Amino acid sequence: MSDASFIGQGSEAGHAGLDAAYAVRAAEAHPSDYLALLKPRVMSLVVFTGLVGMVLAPGDLHPTLAITALLCIAIGAGASGAINMWYDADIDAVMARTQGRPIPQGRISRDQALGFGTVLSVASVLVMGLAVNWVAAAILALTIGFYIFIYTMWLKRRTPQNIVIGGAAGAFPPMIGWAAVTGDLSLLPLLLFAIIFMWTPPHFWALALYRSDDYARAGVPMLPVVAGDRETRRQILIYSLLLVPITLSPWALGLAGPLYGGVTAALGAIFLALAVRIWRGNDERPAKHMFAYSILYLFLLFALLLAERGLGWGA
Amino acid sequence: MSAMTQQDEQKRRRARNIALAVVLFALVILFYFITIAKMTGRAA
Repeated sequence: MSDASFIGQGSEAGHAGLDAAYAVRAAEAHPSDYLALLKPRVMSLVVFTGLVGMVLAPGDLHPTLAITALLCIAIGAGASGAINMWYDADIDAVMARTQGRPIPQGRISRDQALGFGTVLSVASVLVMGLAVNWVAAAILALTIGFYIFIYTMWLKRRTPQNIVIGGAAGAFPPMIGWAAVTGDLSLLPLLLFAIIFMWTPPHFWALALYRSDDYARAGVPMLPVVAGDRETRRQILIYSLLLVPITLSPWALGLAGPLYGGVTAALGAIFLALAVRIWRGNDERPAKHMFAYSILYLFLLFALLLAERGLGWGA
Repeated sequence: MSAMTQQDEQKRRRARNIALAVVLFALVILFYFITIAKMTGRAA
């Protein structure tokens, strides 16, 4: 039986097929396989945005508790990644980008991944609540639940809007970091949420443009698979046009300083130029450039806020 | 099961046990410092 035949709407038959296929060659897992379940690269961006939320928040947090909060954000994000790998093992097995993950490779069973992810999810929320505060813990729990139940189980296999709505899961960390310090939320963390939320569609659709065969083979209804290449390029431009003003809003509302405003405007112009190149072209190169640049773009926006705070230039 | 595979599995099990010990030790240290931070009750 081919891997592709296991794929269904997250069906138990599909997952049972995978279990049967891979359990027989499941070897003892190496610790690095468990680390891979936590999606460390995704985790690093999540921790960084969470740190920025924490640093920007008014007030002080004991350094030990600040480290604990960041650890909880990292572990919670990683744990939801492990549960995502449990649920999406059938998809991962047929996509070139994800075939090397521990479950499709038969180094960790799906049950092990589910157990690992569940224990870490619960532990990260409990420690956040007991050591830091319950508002941050509640938003962390919401983030984990949103990623698993709303994005992974509900949206991913059903609609090309999967990453538009699901993008909220990746946008919560600055709010968690802020809430860890203040115990509540205000306008700036909501704007940081909005920036990541609007950044997610052009970022992932740029990837999907040159990976559409992979997504089509796996049966994931990403926009290029369902609506086609041309419509995806148009949507990337629309979302980019919406994103850039939102990135400038912290400065426009007096919540960030001139360094952030000026550099963000320049970075946004480059982002828009890439979006226009994608819209006007037919080849993959602008999409690859956009995908790589979008990661740097988000990192730099948050680094600017961090730098302004460090230099005392923030509003 | 070949001797090579068995040896490989033993190595992996050993690595996993060491990793678990390191994680548990790190948690003991972390919880100790969290307790101190909560007991002193001071802001940084």
